[in-house]
Amino acid sequence: MYDIVVIGGGAVGTAVARELSRYKLRIALLEKEEELAFGVSKSNSGIIHPGTQNAPHSLKGRLCVQGNQLVRSISRELGVDFKEVGELIVAFTLEDIARLKQIQLDAQALGVGGLQLVDRSWLWENEPNLSHKIIAALYAPTAGIISPYRWTYDLSENARRNGVEIFTRTRVDRITRAGDHFEISAAGQTYACRYLVNCAGLFADEIAAMLGIRDFTIKPRKGEEFLLDKKRQNLTNHLIFPLPSPASKGTLVIITSDGNPMIGPTAEDTDDKSDVSTSEAGLRKVITSVKRLVPAIDERDIIAYFAGARPVAGDDFIIRHEYAAAGCITVAGIQSPGLTASPAIALYVVELLRKHGLVLRRKLFFHRYRKKTVHLFSAGFDRAQRLIRKDPSYGDIVCRCEMVSAKEIREAIQRGARTLDGIKFRTRCQAGRCHGSFCTSRVMKILAEETRAPLTAISKRGPGSALVVGDRAQEPPGGAAQEGGQP
Amino acid sequence: MKKRDLVIVGGGPAGMAAALTAHKEGVRDILLLERDQYLGGILNQCIHTGFGISYFKEILTGPEYAGRFVHRIRNTPAIEISLKSFVVHLTKDKVLTYITPGRMEVVQARALIMATGCREKTREMVHIPGTRPAGIFSAGLAQKLINIEGLLPGKAVVIVGSGDIGLIMARRFILEGAQVKAVIEIQKTSRGLKRNIVQCVQDFDIPLYFNHKIACIHGKDRVEKVTVCRVDDAFNEVDDSRFEIACDTVLVSVGLIPENELIEMAGVAIDHRTNSPISDAVNATSVPGIFVCGNSFKVYDLADSVTADSELCGRMAAIYLSRR
Ligand SMILES: Cc1cc2nc3c(=O)[nH]c(=O)nc-3n(C[C@H](O)[C@H](O)[C@H](O)COP(=O)(O)OP(=O)(O)OC[C@H]3O[C@@H](n4cnc5c(N)ncnc54)[C@H](O)[C@@H]3O)c2cc1C
Repeated sequence: MYDIVVIGGGAVGTAVARELSRYKLRIALLEKEEELAFGVSKSNSGIIHPGTQNAPHSLKGRLCVQGNQLVRSISRELGVDFKEVGELIVAFTLEDIARLKQIQLDAQALGVGGLQLVDRSWLWENEPNLSHKIIAALYAPTAGIISPYRWTYDLSENARRNGVEIFTRTRVDRITRAGDHFEISAAGQTYACRYLVNCAGLFADEIAAMLGIRDFTIKPRKGEEFLLDKKRQNLTNHLIFPLPSPASKGTLVIITSDGNPMIGPTAEDTDDKSDVSTSEAGLRKVITSVKRLVPAIDERDIIAYFAGARPVAGDDFIIRHEYAAAGCITVAGIQSPGLTASPAIALYVVELLRKHGLVLRRKLFFHRYRKKTVHLFSAGFDRAQRLIRKDPSYGDIVCRCEMVSAKEIREAIQRGARTLDGIKFRTRCQAGRCHGSFCTSRVMKILAEETRAPLTAISKRGPGSALVVGDRAQEPPGGAAQEGGQP
Repeated sequence: MKKRDLVIVGGGPAGMAAALTAHKEGVRDILLLERDQYLGGILNQCIHTGFGISYFKEILTGPEYAGRFVHRIRNTPAIEISLKSFVVHLTKDKVLTYITPGRMEVVQARALIMATGCREKTREMVHIPGTRPAGIFSAGLAQKLINIEGLLPGKAVVIVGSGDIGLIMARRFILEGAQVKAVIEIQKTSRGLKRNIVQCVQDFDIPLYFNHKIACIHGKDRVEKVTVCRVDDAFNEVDDSRFEIACDTVLVSVGLIPENELIEMAGVAIDHRTNSPISDAVNATSVPGIFVCGNSFKVYDLADSVTADSELCGRMAAIYLSRR
């Protein structure tokens, strides 16, 4: 019997699990995908928002401001790179400036600090590539950037170290009430627990419905994003925002923690939760919008793109205890700024659990710190030299575009990567300008070796996404490639 | 810091030809850096024939063509070959930093020839819309998987682009027992050699669609199908021309771009349209003493042309060194 089961291994679920792992509790985290962070948390802008552009009394606004603070301390504990780059919301007209002032007031009401209206000369000096049609901006210095995957993976790793049991490829498909506890059926197993935290992202409504709760639905709102070549990493010094619209914060010029600038996202309501396709129309929209902000952006520098779906359930987050299913906490509608808010959501959930009867006793030993993962690309010459001397496999470069060594790839696998995407998210291998053309076969071989799997079992992101369909070395002479399944 | 007269980066046909010619022209201190564990570069995976026709007046496979230069270079002691040597940094003063098993090295070159070849344009660079499942490969990666690793990437293939690599891979998939459903070309004609169109596509009755493009890739985990449409002269979609092709693999072969990120890092002027160095002479760059040859200077159709170009480059570097 678990004290708590957390459903969903995204930024929110792992933050909740890690926060709970401070206490003497038996905790399980269930994730349907092959690896953690394969849901919304893999496809977002990676911005740690300061708290601007939120309604003054909103829950998400409050948790965003608090999350912005918490991310700093937790990323230090976990060895995740957080960079405070600051953001500029820009104005083209006098009416725009009036709106900026309103945004400033709303943000100050939420407790966002350091806001400042800056003029043209400030912008010319500090953000030279910005369009000269921009006359002023609201500067929010506390905005930052983080790698959303590494945030999620490192939280989960630390949670596991503190005793959380993590089960991937474990899709919850039924939940029943059995007296004082829940029984959760997932992937052929039953997990019994007294408390349940539903952090299922886009599918939080489906989990709730299993418990008879049907007063909200999740509507996906798709966002397409386009990554530019690292060569353009000095495009802007800040995150650049237009004025927000009712549906989103607008299409942005983003700095990512890996160095590549990114442009996007779009905001388009869809019916299909699995629709993460990109479109020509989306690209055109993004290019037109961002060129208004930074005319120097060149479409030819695009090296990658993706789409993510924001789990929208009304205007605000829904985080509550379900009286109709006592012991269940719903965490739903965690659209942007959900990544930022994730550690604050975790605290909020723990408080709710306490209020509803969970006894929280701190462990004597909570492993607060995690050893920082080594990335050769950010190590600098002397450190890289030392690393390579100590372990030559740091000098065995597999990914030439992003400079990722065999050692880092093996380490990522030892820490839980099971797929090519999982390796990419952890190490950046295959994420550069050649998009894996040169290194994919080598990565496949390393993964096969480390997991003792045949090459035909190596997949991009889990079952159904195998990279290759046949291996000559495994076939009887004469060739059997013609037989077997048609696509 | 070690000093060398001539450092050559890249051990494919370009780097090898440049090294041999520079040596013939009197350069006696040459360091050739290659990141792979073999010389030969991309030719090692080009097991089809068609190499050497103009240079050797013989028909050779890629590995055979490369092998002749490897043999010559191994018999030239003044050329030091350093394999598994990956250059990570370069400055305008021709100081190179490279990683080699167990250590990082820094070397100063008096003259430098970059022969780093090219990479393939990706699906992302030409913005093919749709999902991002497994089963989308650059033609070169598919070639490596089949020819080097013995793996079959898919069984029902649609090829985007009718350049030589795309055409050759069409035949390669057929020979491996896969089906090639179509070759899709956005232009009116193929960039590929006539012989490849005949021998790799027509002989196998593979449909070749000119003035067409992929409007969308479908499939959640693995490619399931593509939507194809006709395009007008401005490459815009023609109304009501869409049709679908079921497939499990999309091979993207839409051209090559020179790999010049290292010299760009060093401040050499680069034409961002072509990714080639901006220069007033073939193989030269905006920085005296830094030369570029082979496909990293300009994408050639034939390895034989790369060899000719690179021999010229080796000579230029020798002249540069003798004048100093
Ligand atoms: C385009 C875009 C840009 C964004 N930019 C930002 C930003 O810059 N800053 C910011 O703060 N936020 C941003 N967000 C929002 C942020 O990404 C999300 O709020 C956050 O990732 C939500 O995390 P999550 O853990 O709730 O969801 P998820 O990451 O989706 O996690 C839910 C998990 O539950 C699993 N699951 C679902 N059903 C089941 C089941 N039945 N059984 C087991 N497991 C199940 C899913 O597989 C998934 O892994 C952006 C979002 C998008 C789409």
